[in-house]
Amino acid sequence: MAYGEKVVDHYDHPRNVGNFGTTDEVKSRKDVGVGLVGAPECGDVMQLQIKVDEATGTIEDAKFKCFGCGSAIASSSLATEWLKGRSLDEGMAIKNTEIVEELSLPPVKIHCSVLAEDAIRAAIADYKEKNEPN
Amino acid sequence: MSVKLPIYMDHAATTPCDPRVVEAMLPYFTKTFGNPGSRNHSFGWESEEAVDKARRQVASLIGADRKEVVFTSGSTEANNLAIKGAAVMYQKAPAGSDQCRGHIITANIEHKAVLDPCKRLQKDGFEVTYLEPGPDGIFTKEMVEGALREDTILVTLLWANNEIGTVNEIPEIGKLCHGKGIIFHTDATQWVGKMPTDVNEANVDLLSMSGHKMYGPKGVGALYVRRRRPRVRLVPLTEGGGQERGYRSGTLNVTGIVGLGKAAEIAMNEMKADGDRLLKFRQKVESEITSQLDTVQVNGHADKRLPHLTNISFGFVEGESLMMACKDIAMSSGSACTSASLEPSYVLKGLGIGDDLAHSSLRLSFGRLTTQEEVDYAIKTIVEAVNKLRVLSPLYDMHKEGIDISKIEWAAH
Repeated sequence: MAYGEKVVDHYDHPRNVGNFGTTDEVKSRKDVGVGLVGAPECGDVMQLQIKVDEATGTIEDAKFKCFGCGSAIASSSLATEWLKGRSLDEGMAIKNTEIVEELSLPPVKIHCSVLAEDAIRAAIADYKEKNEPN
Repeated sequence: MSVKLPIYMDHAATTPCDPRVVEAMLPYFTKTFGNPGSRNHSFGWESEEAVDKARRQVASLIGADRKEVVFTSGSTEANNLAIKGAAVMYQKAPAGSDQCRGHIITANIEHKAVLDPCKRLQKDGFEVTYLEPGPDGIFTKEMVEGALREDTILVTLLWANNEIGTVNEIPEIGKLCHGKGIIFHTDATQWVGKMPTDVNEANVDLLSMSGHKMYGPKGVGALYVRRRRPRVRLVPLTEGGGQERGYRSGTLNVTGIVGLGKAAEIAMNEMKADGDRLLKFRQKVESEITSQLDTVQVNGHADKRLPHLTNISFGFVEGESLMMACKDIAMSSGSACTSASLEPSYVLKGLGIGDDLAHSSLRLSFGRLTTQEEVDYAIKTIVEAVNKLRVLSPLYDMHKEGIDISKIEWAAH
């Protein structure tokens, strides 16, 4: 299958690869939200981490790691780019269809964008949960 | 060192036609174009002679008599004819009766061209046992023996597996079947032309083979049908002019058959040298990759495998992205991503390999034109790709942190 130009670009030069610490470290960091979605047996696992400025509530940094096809890698790479500088509410507003459009994903790869959206939501939810009063 | 890209390392899928094969075929398109069935003029006679020569060449490659070779369109047709044709011929009860029409033994990691005819027969009143392999992928005489029933009429097993190259105990299983009067078919598509084959020594009754896996043309193959001890009979799938002893009606594909014959003759002469050379490539790929990368696994039995084929699983990277990183190398991935739902290889799953590893395996198969430089390039590219993808892989991080990935509750999607 031939990949779109933007998918190949993200795949060759993935943006914001990494994390804000080991699994245990990020668990105890209140300024970091972690989203881990997908399943190895399905062939896709995405890990998205956001670092939130506690004073302003904006996402100041985002990192990803992805086990998956080129489209999954591109979708999560793109998600980190889009998340940076957004508020949590703006982050929640990112739709998988926007990712599909931006990367020109074919129908069989739409699940990659859905997974990226899930990862965004999971990371923001994790941050919110950690910072809930009590 | 310069390597011409892309590199072809998928010879188990198909091989290029040997130029000597093409040369042998050419006159039969335009000059000697007669129908071998035309008995009353020289155009027909010449074509018939060419077909006869090819029949001898194919027969001699597998230690058969020329009268035992039935030309087909390839292995898929040969498998269908062998399995359905033998099942119906040797059935214990007629179609539509309440009784089991007969019992068939095959394996769950066979090629689809064996599995699907067996499933068809199940729908039509036969019972089928699908043997399951151990982690080494080999089927033994004991496994078949354990599945035998009073009403077993047919055993069908690959000689060598197409995905992992493992070689089954065909001569031993053949002997067992002959002792019990059970028809024994083997799909030898990946074996014939690569390894010495003798249908009598191996006690094989029916053997499928294909031209394009052994440097012959596509669209032509053969079914060996034993004529003596025992004389095997089949109910044909295709009826008409009665060609090929009535087993396969239809005007013969003369050009293809001539090509198959020539390919068989070349294979006879060159398989030893080819095999020795390709085995060294396989060993180098396996030893380099397993020494340069952690958490990789060569699938199937350590030794009982074809010399030119290797199947390797890479932990914590996904197959399709791995293929993408190796886009200059033509090879097969264990995961056939043909639809929205990724399906890991049923062959690897059949070996008990976890879904995650089954998702990330590569099959490399070398051929007559493969060079040392290409092999070295492939090793380097694959190692770099796996390293790159592991930097990206959250699963590899977890692995290094000592987290057992199989213990995490993943939300399947």
